[in-house]
Amino acid sequence: MSTLLEVSGVTVTFDGFRAINNLSFQIGKAEMRAVIGPNGAGKTTFMDIITGKTKPDEGRILWGDRSENLLKMTEAQIANAGVGRKFQRPTVFEAQTVTENLRMALKRPRSPFSVLRHRPDAQEKADIEALAEEIGLKDHLEKQSGYLSHGQKQWLEIGMLLAQDPQLLLVDEPAAGMTAPEREHTTDLLVRTAKTRAVVVVEHDMEFVRRLNCKVTVLHEGSVLAEGSLDHVTSNQDVIDVYLGR
Amino acid sequence: MDFIKRTPSLPAVLFLLFLFTLIVSVFSTGGGGDLISTSMVKTLGKTLCLCLAAIALDLVWGYCGILSLGHMAFFALGGYLIGMWLMFERTKNIVMEAATSQPLPLTPQELSDAIGNQIFGVVGGSDIPAIWFFADSLVVQLILVVAVPGLLALVFGWLAFRSRVTGVYLSILTQAMTLALSLYLFQNDSGLRGNNGLSGLQNIPGLGHVPQSILSLWFLWASALALGLGYLLASRIMDLKFGSVIRGIRDDEARLRFLGYEVEHYKLLVFTLTAVMAAIAGALYYPQAGIVNPAEMAPIASIYLAVWVAIGGRGRLYGAVIGAAAVSLASTWFTGGQAPDLPLGFYTIQWVDWWQVLLGLGFVLVTLFAPQGLAGLVDGIFRKGDSK
Amino acid sequence: MRIFRTCALLCVACLFMFLLPVASSAQDSMQALMQQYSKDIAKPSARTIGPVIEALSASGLPQTREMLRRWQDKEIYQNKDTGDFVFANEVDRDTLHVFDIDTGADQGEVADDPFSQIKPNAGVRRAIGAALVPFQLNDDSARIRADALTSIERASEPMHLEALRAAMQAQPDPDPALAARKERLERLLTIQYAETTEERVAAIESFAGSLDVSTRGALNPLLATKRQVAETLPEEANIAKELRIGRDLTHDEAYALLVGAGIATADISPAQVKEALLANIEGAAVGGVALHALNTDEARDRAYAALAAKGIVPTDVSEEGKQALLDGHVYFDAYTEADAAVTAAAVKTLKDIETKVMVGRLFDLTLDGLSLASIYFLAAIGLAITFGVMGVINMAHGEFIMMGAYTGYVVQQIIPDYTLSLIVALPLAFAVTFAAGVAMERLVIRWLYHRPLETLLATFGISIALQQLAKNIFGTQARPLTSPAWLDGAWVLNDVVSISYIRIAIFVLGMVFLGLLLFVLKKTRLGLEVRAVSQNPKMAASMGINPDRVNMLTFGLGSGIAGIAGVAIGLFAKVTSELGQDYIVESFMTVVIGGVGNVWGTLAGATVIGFAQKGIEWFNPSNTLAAQTYMILLVILFIQFRPRGIIALKGRAAGN
Repeated sequence: MSTLLEVSGVTVTFDGFRAINNLSFQIGKAEMRAVIGPNGAGKTTFMDIITGKTKPDEGRILWGDRSENLLKMTEAQIANAGVGRKFQRPTVFEAQTVTENLRMALKRPRSPFSVLRHRPDAQEKADIEALAEEIGLKDHLEKQSGYLSHGQKQWLEIGMLLAQDPQLLLVDEPAAGMTAPEREHTTDLLVRTAKTRAVVVVEHDMEFVRRLNCKVTVLHEGSVLAEGSLDHVTSNQDVIDVYLGR
Repeated sequence: MDFIKRTPSLPAVLFLLFLFTLIVSVFSTGGGGDLISTSMVKTLGKTLCLCLAAIALDLVWGYCGILSLGHMAFFALGGYLIGMWLMFERTKNIVMEAATSQPLPLTPQELSDAIGNQIFGVVGGSDIPAIWFFADSLVVQLILVVAVPGLLALVFGWLAFRSRVTGVYLSILTQAMTLALSLYLFQNDSGLRGNNGLSGLQNIPGLGHVPQSILSLWFLWASALALGLGYLLASRIMDLKFGSVIRGIRDDEARLRFLGYEVEHYKLLVFTLTAVMAAIAGALYYPQAGIVNPAEMAPIASIYLAVWVAIGGRGRLYGAVIGAAAVSLASTWFTGGQAPDLPLGFYTIQWVDWWQVLLGLGFVLVTLFAPQGLAGLVDGIFRKGDSK
Repeated sequence: MRIFRTCALLCVACLFMFLLPVASSAQDSMQALMQQYSKDIAKPSARTIGPVIEALSASGLPQTREMLRRWQDKEIYQNKDTGDFVFANEVDRDTLHVFDIDTGADQGEVADDPFSQIKPNAGVRRAIGAALVPFQLNDDSARIRADALTSIERASEPMHLEALRAAMQAQPDPDPALAARKERLERLLTIQYAETTEERVAAIESFAGSLDVSTRGALNPLLATKRQVAETLPEEANIAKELRIGRDLTHDEAYALLVGAGIATADISPAQVKEALLANIEGAAVGGVALHALNTDEARDRAYAALAAKGIVPTDVSEEGKQALLDGHVYFDAYTEADAAVTAAAVKTLKDIETKVMVGRLFDLTLDGLSLASIYFLAAIGLAITFGVMGVINMAHGEFIMMGAYTGYVVQQIIPDYTLSLIVALPLAFAVTFAAGVAMERLVIRWLYHRPLETLLATFGISIALQQLAKNIFGTQARPLTSPAWLDGAWVLNDVVSISYIRIAIFVLGMVFLGLLLFVLKKTRLGLEVRAVSQNPKMAASMGINPDRVNMLTFGLGSGIAGIAGVAIGLFAKVTSELGQDYIVESFMTVVIGGVGNVWGTLAGATVIGFAQKGIEWFNPSNTLAAQTYMILLVILFIQFRPRGIIALKGRAAGN
């Protein structure tokens, strides 16, 4: 299994506080990974670094077969290279309809001039409907997304993530605010997706992680504390100390 | 025609615009109606141009979230660029006319000296500056009306957006740019006649035989056409996926970046296109106003434009049109001395003195209590009005 | 012939002076001496009087001074019968009171019939005055000595050098200031009139580093040049620079030089060509060329050549002939001062002075920049605080400055004493604008905290309302805010460096408020709360800080300082309703450059803006409009490198 993303020796400092400390991480092309850790372990900063929002002080991040340097790319370039992100708090464009949200996310040329030339076509319509079907918003396509419930917004966000057709999905707490059947659906979706792509899930809910049934990375104080199956890491003394307190 | 269905305001606005132009034409002096004076026709024509500029600002501010305090600078720049041709060509005609009574025809040098003296005598110059090189050609000068403000907006926008300046910071920078431009033009050696500006623009070269009453109508029609086309174009673009992305930038630009959109490129495109739109509006406005000078592009002018759009209701194209038309006409009326004084017994309110105070406070009230502007009220009446 | 004789006499006189420094002349009576020059004295003219005065001055007679003075005052009369000169005062129309010219002995009142008054004209009197000066140099009265020095400084004569040296040798001046002045003047005169090159060079070099305007004024004439043309560079001329056509002067200028030197005949200008053509029109053509075809210079030249061929008009110089003449000559600037060593020394010394002046100017510029920076600091700090703490740009900030200035004006109308009124006006202006700021925050801004762009617009609405209101109340003409007398004038270090007291006062005021603000922000409870709210408003609120109160007070504080700035600005600028507008953009620039919410940032921003503006004005002093334009361009370029300003903060505004 070849490597899709390789993060090595990355360090970020905010006003003297080391949010990420010499962190190394890698993930394959079709792999599911859960990242867990207590509050302040650096999970969100970790995602910010990969997506280009935060530039690290040192370290390197290589991407794909051609080992491109993600640090030299803008957020948009990274996203176009195939990194998709779902935020912890759903951030959809509330003033626009579900269709419009999905249409913006669909994988199409992103430059201003090609977008200016874009006209809705049948293929696009079909793609949007298929996605809406998957996320259960088929009946709400023309609804302004601001009027959706919290859970529906989560789904719309997941739909937008899928619409981008990324190679790497960074998913921050996907199950927050969802009902039990919805959680199950999410798990299914993620597991299915991970068959062809890399998925990184940040989650607090251990039950949810257990159901993903994948390799787990434990972050603590900005670096990797342990890595392995859930059972392996939960039996690790360091992890127990961190979670339960010394 | 899904597009028309989604934007019901478009046919309404276009129809009203047509009706307005027709009525003004019929009742104007030039149209034989004698009810609307030529100067009134010019005022109305100028108002249409201001509406077009307001649409430009609405696109960049109401839709894209960039409060530019520099669009009236592009507007005035457009006026300057067309004014250069108008003034040069007219002066040339006058000089040539005068030369026909002389026994010897003019040499090119004599012609250029005479024109230079006529135009730049007021700033103590007689050489024609290099920037007037194309002033003899209407076609080139018309291209420049689009190209120069466009290029300026492109360079400024690139510098500003590249460094991720946003929000009020960006507004202040655009204001600084406007101030820099107007200060530059205030200099006598700017090559554009310093604070005198360009004048006599109401005389169109080659159309000396057409009376102003007719010319004013032609410009009214041209302005109405430009406004109509601008409105159509703006509604169409905003209805597309492009419009969706633009509104996305206003609401959450970081999110769009993570979706893979180079937000800066979009902002730059919108900023530049609307600058060009404002410049075209200016190029139509100043031949009706007759004079363009650096005071026209002082930062305050651009802020007023923002005030009109805000009062009209931003994020709605018809809001921009309503605001610009209503407030600019009201300002003209109140500050022009036509409005009757208001006696309160102990004090007589003279509108020339108090209009600004009223406008300022009214504007504060609108911002506080009707953030959607007058268009918000219109939407309130036609519940089904589109909210884009 | 007379000239020769007087010259010879003069030489003799000079010879005597050198041989016998202690005065003992061939003549021992003034009368005899005057008789020798009787005709020149009786009918003096500026042209011929020089040798006479020289001789008189050189006589060494003690009576000379008195004689010169009376001559100047038209108190010398000549007896037409005897030819004798006497001093006389007019008693009445027909009577004179006569004194002996040598002894001053009273000769009684006599009828004026035989006497004719000697009336030197203004030019002669000036020459006499110059001759009198040496006598006054060691006068008992310091005032007369000073006057004598002044008159030498104003119009010096070669003789003054010797006289001054003699006077200085005779006795050192008791007044040290005058002694120094004499010493300096002696050196200046040495430069101009000394006999030997060495003396002059030494005197020139002694001025190295002197910053006085008068020194430069004395040295610069030495380097005056005259533009000349010759076939070859003349050996004897003191050439400043050889000129090359194209590099140092244009074709036309070079040709004009040739014409001026009588070497070439003047070119016939296009205007002259036109005139000649107009004068010779025959039918529809001139010189065989149809009139309508004469719309280029070439065609006109052809027609003119045809006229010239017929001999109707003078032939124009051909281009080839012109070029040959131009090539055959050299062009150069020659010093009017012939001595190359002297000009070289002057160039060197002036360069040295120039360097020092430059250093002085830089220092002066620094002071100017500092005072401008303090003004911008005062004007912008309120803006920066409110922006930093609340993320609000207050477009009406400029109007608060104006309000402060008008407060100062109103106070002056009530309290006529300028010092007292200023002491009252400063806190009152603070109070007024503080109240206005708090009112505005309570009534408008607090409803718009999450809509920063709308705050900008709403405050703009307030700004135009306040501006018009000020116009309605105070009128459109400028109102004076007079500074107390002790703030008038300037602190002058030398001819190059000076700074007005008012600017020093504003600098001090700026420093005081810097200290005060730092104290408030770092040492008080309010400061702590302000910092907490600006860094994390939610956290601050959850810790029991009332953000409403903090916002209100911060806004009041920022506005209050604007009021103080208004009083300060009003002291040197005219108070109008547009006063605020003149400073608001610079204040914004200060905030943008400095970064928000940090006193040091604003200080840095104000310093950068103040110095940049003065610096650009220095390079382009004639054009302050251009200076402002370039400064704004600089700011726009600056944010390319530091988008968040010099001192970037992480806070509410930083995330905006």
